[in-house]
Amino acid sequence: MSAIFKDDAASRKVQVKWWSSRVAIYGALILWAFICLFPIYWTLTTSFKLAPDVMRGNMIPFVDYTPKWKGWESLGLSPRLIGEVSTVREEFLKRFWNSAVVAVSASTLAVVLGSLAAYGLSRFNYRFGFMRNSDISFFFLSQMILPPVVLALPFLVLYRSLDLLDSRIGLILLYTLMVLPIVIWIMRDQFQGIPVELEEAALVDGLGIWGAFLQIVLPIALPGMVAAFILSLVLCWNEYFFAALLTSTNATTLPVMVASQTGSQGINWWSMAALSSAAILPLIIVAIFLEKYIIKGMAAGAVK
Amino acid sequence: MNIEGDLLHTVTADDISDRRRRVGRGMVWGSAALFALLATLQFAHDAGRLDVGFTTWRPVLFAYLLWATCLCAAQVIVNGEKGKRTLFVLPAALFVISLVVFPLLFALYISFTDWNLASLDGAQPNGWDNMRQMWGDAFYWNALKNMVYYVAAVSVEYVIAFGLALLLNAQIRARKFFRVVFLLPLMLSPVAVSWMVGKSMLEVRFGPVSRLVREMGFEPSFFGTPEMARFMIMAMDAWTFIPFMMIMLLAGLQALPREVIEASKVDGASGWQSFKEVIFPLMLPVSVTAIVIRIIFKLKLADIIINVTSGGPGGATDSVTSFIFREYRDRSNVGYGTLLAMVYLVLIILFITALLKLVSRWMERPA
Repeated sequence: MSAIFKDDAASRKVQVKWWSSRVAIYGALILWAFICLFPIYWTLTTSFKLAPDVMRGNMIPFVDYTPKWKGWESLGLSPRLIGEVSTVREEFLKRFWNSAVVAVSASTLAVVLGSLAAYGLSRFNYRFGFMRNSDISFFFLSQMILPPVVLALPFLVLYRSLDLLDSRIGLILLYTLMVLPIVIWIMRDQFQGIPVELEEAALVDGLGIWGAFLQIVLPIALPGMVAAFILSLVLCWNEYFFAALLTSTNATTLPVMVASQTGSQGINWWSMAALSSAAILPLIIVAIFLEKYIIKGMAAGAVK
Repeated sequence: MNIEGDLLHTVTADDISDRRRRVGRGMVWGSAALFALLATLQFAHDAGRLDVGFTTWRPVLFAYLLWATCLCAAQVIVNGEKGKRTLFVLPAALFVISLVVFPLLFALYISFTDWNLASLDGAQPNGWDNMRQMWGDAFYWNALKNMVYYVAAVSVEYVIAFGLALLLNAQIRARKFFRVVFLLPLMLSPVAVSWMVGKSMLEVRFGPVSRLVREMGFEPSFFGTPEMARFMIMAMDAWTFIPFMMIMLLAGLQALPREVIEASKVDGASGWQSFKEVIFPLMLPVSVTAIVIRIIFKLKLADIIINVTSGGPGGATDSVTSFIFREYRDRSNVGYGTLLAMVYLVLIILFITALLKLVSRWMERPA
């Protein structure tokens, strides 16, 4: 059937148009993919470079230059040093561990508190004083516009008197507060999508409201919770402002470590590149494998 | 969504004995009394009037936690089934109130003192002095002006994000690959980005971008002039946050009703026409949500500025947050910095409220 149409001048015009639109679309896609990937590629390759390679602007490993472990050695993370005791590595691992503990606990706490609140708000009518459901929701969501800088100082003083300065618990509490509105936003949307009849059936079958929530609703809402959790994890892992102000030695997180290295004069390119790579790799892995959930989380509130 | 009455309706015959009520109330008031007692004790200790007391306020914190727990438990003990419902929202509400409302009140107090962490005297109220100082602080106004530029940059980000969302929504191969790749910048921490891009790729001597610029026959200088420096900060921030808007818009595009777009095609609309007349108007609600949220995030912009330019050259790239950050960090000016932050908060609230009002009014009117 294509033979009938192909020699027609008009259809050839359509074909040209189709091909040119294809080229334009893929051209734009590849251009943007390059813009997204190049900084990451640059950082990863720089971590294997030596000073002359950096200065000569060599780009492609094995072709332009031979990769060396120098950058990673400065973190104590190279094949040669991995068996030995290394203070830099311990320092790095401590920061990494702090970041991980703080991000995971804060996200967990936020998801637990946020899911409960979101479920309550999507199912029951409350009246706290003058506040109705919509006011309570607004109260929670309005925390999103609170700039961190407003809370930073009171917390600095408060934590000093509570002896929570430079402690992980202090950071966890703050980060939970920071991501809670986002979690509530995502979860409210999730719960509103679950039909009430399910819980009604559960209640008829003899479960209490908490039983119905834990046994019936939670398993259904689990993907949404994972999405909220991962989104919170990303935000907490990357948070710099509070960590820089409220921690000094014990509880400093990875972003603070990265930032403190850039401050010192005469940056060692390879070691900075290695450190940055180590800081971003966990989330890149998360992004590649759990992309579905991240997108789901961010799309949750957008489409009603 | 506002429905009168519970969506999930339960009828229970709660007969709560008077004794149970008394126990519940006793728990709440008892723990509250303990908390108040410890707090007063500690106040007196800090003021030097009393020798008894703890070295830190932590026991008071524990008393507060005990009170919060008792309050939650008492809901069920006193109110029965109704209390179980309250229990869903109460923990989160208590958490937010104790971590936001109290610190905010405290901040309000600090902002009218001359507190400097370096001085040993502690806080002394100094009336409107901070306000007067702010009035004459050219750098603060400059930072506020910069915020206007930064927020205005959201419009460009929106256009790019919309374009990318349309591309991803087109019929392409390897969609998942592109989606993951486009998402990646959002995952990176702003601090790492400021090193990766701001300090190494834009480095004047060896950075790849500098090389490229030199190849094209210009002399690279990314943070020399105020306009250029501001643009670079905007670009880096845009790079990390465009995926965020893109994904929201993509979700909106995928939820569009297919029939409408097909109908416009059948009616003979060209690609541009169907975008302008059909897709864009249908996407307005999603666009507004994405832009508002993006603006909210933009108003917190600080990490990249702190790490790349620390406000330079001459305050040209300062955002309010980064400016106040340096006020704390370098000058330990707690009182003044907090006042600046509070003023910023008020401005933000006014701005966002006005924006939301404007948006809701504009959305109600048929375009």
